[in-house]
Amino acid sequence: MIEAQNLVKRYGSTVAVNDLSFSIRPGMVTGFLGPNGAGKTTTMRMILGLDAPTQGSVTVDGRNYRDLPAPMREVGALLDAKGLHGGRRAYDHLLCLAQSNGIPRSRVDEVLRVVGLEDVAKRRAKGFSLGMGQRLGIASALLGDPAVLIFDEPVNGLDPDGIHWVRTLMRTLAAEGRTVLVSSHLMSEMALTADHLLVIGKGQLIADASVDEFVRSSSQQSVHVRTPQAAELAARCREAGANVRAGRTSRVATTPVADTDAGTDPDVIEITGMDSDAVGTLAAAHGIVLFELTPIRASLEEAFMELTRDSVEYHATEANR
Amino acid sequence: MTVTAVALTGPGHRATLRAARFGDVLRSEWTKLRSVRSTFWALTIAVMLAIGLGAAISAAAAHGYAKSSVSDKLTWDPTGISTSGLAIGSLAIAVLGVLYISSEYSSGMIRTSLIAVPKRGRVLAAKSLVYAVVTFVVGEILSFVAFFLGQALISGHAPHAALGDPGVTRAVVGAGLYLTVLAVLSVAAGTLLRHSAAAITCMVAVMFVLPGIAQALPDSWRHPVTEFWPTQAGSQLTNVYHSAHTIQPWPGFGVMCLFVAIVYAIAWKLLDRRDA
Repeated sequence: MIEAQNLVKRYGSTVAVNDLSFSIRPGMVTGFLGPNGAGKTTTMRMILGLDAPTQGSVTVDGRNYRDLPAPMREVGALLDAKGLHGGRRAYDHLLCLAQSNGIPRSRVDEVLRVVGLEDVAKRRAKGFSLGMGQRLGIASALLGDPAVLIFDEPVNGLDPDGIHWVRTLMRTLAAEGRTVLVSSHLMSEMALTADHLLVIGKGQLIADASVDEFVRSSSQQSVHVRTPQAAELAARCREAGANVRAGRTSRVATTPVADTDAGTDPDVIEITGMDSDAVGTLAAAHGIVLFELTPIRASLEEAFMELTRDSVEYHATEANR
Repeated sequence: MTVTAVALTGPGHRATLRAARFGDVLRSEWTKLRSVRSTFWALTIAVMLAIGLGAAISAAAAHGYAKSSVSDKLTWDPTGISTSGLAIGSLAIAVLGVLYISSEYSSGMIRTSLIAVPKRGRVLAAKSLVYAVVTFVVGEILSFVAFFLGQALISGHAPHAALGDPGVTRAVVGAGLYLTVLAVLSVAAGTLLRHSAAAITCMVAVMFVLPGIAQALPDSWRHPVTEFWPTQAGSQLTNVYHSAHTIQPWPGFGVMCLFVAIVYAIAWKLLDRRDA
């Protein structure tokens, strides 16, 4: 169980984390989601006692991290794959960490086996690929067999096989009753791994909900229609309680809602609050000719982007491509 | 790929948790020190300088003795000469001491270390203690080897020293003690500055450059520096002959220890308070 209360972190005039409160429960994978620079890593650093909060507090099982008597046996963490000395052999890296918390040497061999690095245990870590470094980091998090696990972007640099392995591992750890917090900036990744989502943007909490709730509340459905009688159909739909806005030029169904802006077409409208069956039925009832009728479902990824649009630190410019 | 069960001894194992102790951190820091190649190379260089350079200086000084001036003969210190290689070799000890912690900052290992041991003072204490013990053992061996080798090379050409002569044993043991205190200073400097190059530059400045610059200053400036500058004062412990305007051996060593204690206290405070 990880609990944060009104957590604030300022670096000079920059507010990295702004009044964040949450509690992360055991037995499930909690996805910590936000665009780059949203404050995910800073929050994790505060949980782990690396950064001191400017205000507020965060506790693990009711205690400040720095007060834990055997930290690695209670919390396992992977912050970044670079958190090791490249000149040290993988085995020695894990050994020195195990020793610092009184964890028996035999456990080093065990975790090397769990992450599949036993063959390169005697190699120096600087020769490791990003994925191997990530596995070594995960091994160090597992050393103390902790009840709480914190992973910052664990699938970074992993190949598809590795990504699948991490997902399965997260789920296994949660199924064993542990508290698992995993950060990512990829909604699609979290949709596959997490049970619960904590979404932040610009250091503030945007959503704290189960994945199902999040999908239901965020993903908007709309219907794309091309008709020579657009004005009439729009009026009929509005009467029926739907929202109508001017649509863009003809598109294929798979094109995401908001990524191109090729200008508007007076014959095209976008209807929300009504499904495609209802729009088609309504059109037929009034003798309106339809050229295109396409239901468009925003993906989870789009829902996330829509939600965090205002809180993204760095925007790429869409114009003049 | 399959996922092996991760649990160590099942859900009940947490009841058997024992708190991490300082001894655990000591073992961990010893593993860290012995498992990187820079330790081997730095100690090899220290050995070569202390023994090789010490022998060369002893031989050269012994052969020049007959032709040297009366005043030079009056200040003849065969003990100090035989262990003078350690003064140069001390640079390798200082560099390794700095790297022992600053390489954790440059590699990112420090975050892993402080997550493992969030009581940060323990990390600094364990690091300095491990490195001080290693330096003390290596330093004393080097000092005695350099002394006996130097005396063997000097004897027959110039007056040589024996351990039973006044102040000689103190000076030979002192050469190792000087290195030990320097080792603690270098770990503190690495902790304080967090950058290898900056901390090594500071160590070189404190050990060699500033005392060297002082030699070019007028006497009224030079004498206080040679008397009280921490490394100058501390190195009096390694000499048998003491020239004018130098502090006595043990008080001098005390001055150096006090300086190191102050730097260490600042490093301790900053390590504890700064975001890592």
